[in-house]
Amino acid sequence: MNEITSTRNNYTIDPTLSVWGWEIPVYLFLGGMVAGMMLISGYFLFKGRQTEKNCSCFYLPYMSVILLSIGMFALFLDLEHKLYVWRLYTTFQITSAMSWGSWILVLVYPILLVNILIKPPKFLEEKFPQVINWKKYLLEKPILLKNIGIITMFFGAGIGLYTGVLLSSLGARPLWSSAILWLLFLVSGLSGAAAFVHVIAKDVYERELLAKADNAFLIIELFVIALFIIGLKTATEVQAQAADLLLTGEFAPSFWVFVISIGIIIPLIIQLLAVNHKVKHTALAPLMVIVGGLILRFIIVSAGQYSHWFNSNFH
Amino acid sequence: MARYGMVIDTKKCVGCQDCVIACQAENNVPQGFCRDWITTESTGKFPSISLEIRTERCNHCTDAPCVSCCPTGASHYHDIGGVVLVNHDECIGCKACIASCPYDARYVHPEGYVDKCTFCIHRVEKGLNPACVSVCPTHCMYFGDFDDPGSQVNELLQSRKYHSLIPEAGTKPNIFYLI
Repeated sequence: MNEITSTRNNYTIDPTLSVWGWEIPVYLFLGGMVAGMMLISGYFLFKGRQTEKNCSCFYLPYMSVILLSIGMFALFLDLEHKLYVWRLYTTFQITSAMSWGSWILVLVYPILLVNILIKPPKFLEEKFPQVINWKKYLLEKPILLKNIGIITMFFGAGIGLYTGVLLSSLGARPLWSSAILWLLFLVSGLSGAAAFVHVIAKDVYERELLAKADNAFLIIELFVIALFIIGLKTATEVQAQAADLLLTGEFAPSFWVFVISIGIIIPLIIQLLAVNHKVKHTALAPLMVIVGGLILRFIIVSAGQYSHWFNSNFH
Repeated sequence: MARYGMVIDTKKCVGCQDCVIACQAENNVPQGFCRDWITTESTGKFPSISLEIRTERCNHCTDAPCVSCCPTGASHYHDIGGVVLVNHDECIGCKACIASCPYDARYVHPEGYVDKCTFCIHRVEKGLNPACVSVCPTHCMYFGDFDDPGSQVNELLQSRKYHSLIPEAGTKPNIFYLI
């Protein structure tokens, strides 16, 4: 027998930690989507697809700016001392994943802006005529665009892996204590972005390429989830019990139904049939992938806060 | 360099909560929150069951994860004794430090910053003991410097068996419980 009682009753700390609500999973999801979009548009630039009329590298940077800004606004809403947000940028803390993340996000915006300049919106060209000159300069230099593509992919991967590192650097939560969480969030972000882009892509080649790529990402994601759980189950007792939260515990129903079934396996089957022209391609499967990716973040953030070193018998 | 910490004699602690009340009064802790608390742990199998009553708070870890994860540097080691403190004016309330603490010793103050035990550093700087130590009616709490080989806290650790909380978390806590 091991029975512990405590007189502590601090709001959002007891009985279980719940300091991070909807804002953090929404931010992690949108950050992951943007990471995937940057990897996709960067890849298309690297392959020189800007010469095609309907390349998705023309509009993905806009969407990335919008989604990333919504995500950062969610982060801002999560802060308890909102007016002090500028303090993030008066220092750089080398051991803090959050500090790294906030500086990476600052660097991502100019990169996205350069991407936008490849095909700027009309109102921007009318208001600032020099934008046309910049656009011409960029389009005349395919090697430069190739390098912009590489930088875009590099920083896209940076955001994607940072969203996972942010949680795994907080060792007090056994569920997050995994060296593979960054890969899970990166692959999940890629599959979400590929799902989203292949629905909205105007170019047939891109549509088919991304549909096939999405299937590959979903299969990889399944393997990464399996490795994530095997890693926890074969680690310390508290980590094994944290994995049980997803496998058989409090978060198991939502994990198996929304993340594994609706988020990965069912859309994978539908998309495999669609890619092989057995069924008509609809937006249903991509939508399921995106919803699954969002719920994955909610579950990981909530279950992670639920897991604990001290009261390890948490189910 | 000093390394401040506490040794708490669990054979003497009766769980009266004087330390909790003293802390709230001394530090103006907002209503409904606490920087320290009493934990009662029963272990064993009937009929050989043991009971440990102990007063708990921030462990002012030597390798404090709350300090290393803080994005603004608000969570820091104080110059005196390596006490872990939060600079209220630098804290943005991101709560990463709360999530990183295996002891759940922190909370969000209603004014927006993250708050926790300070070892009453304002008293310690004047040569006084923390409020909780001063008021303890059973004198079960001892505050001192672990880097001073002749300090009372070191002598106590040499004379009795002791444990710390969740040492396996790797944070090197600076509060020890005599058993």
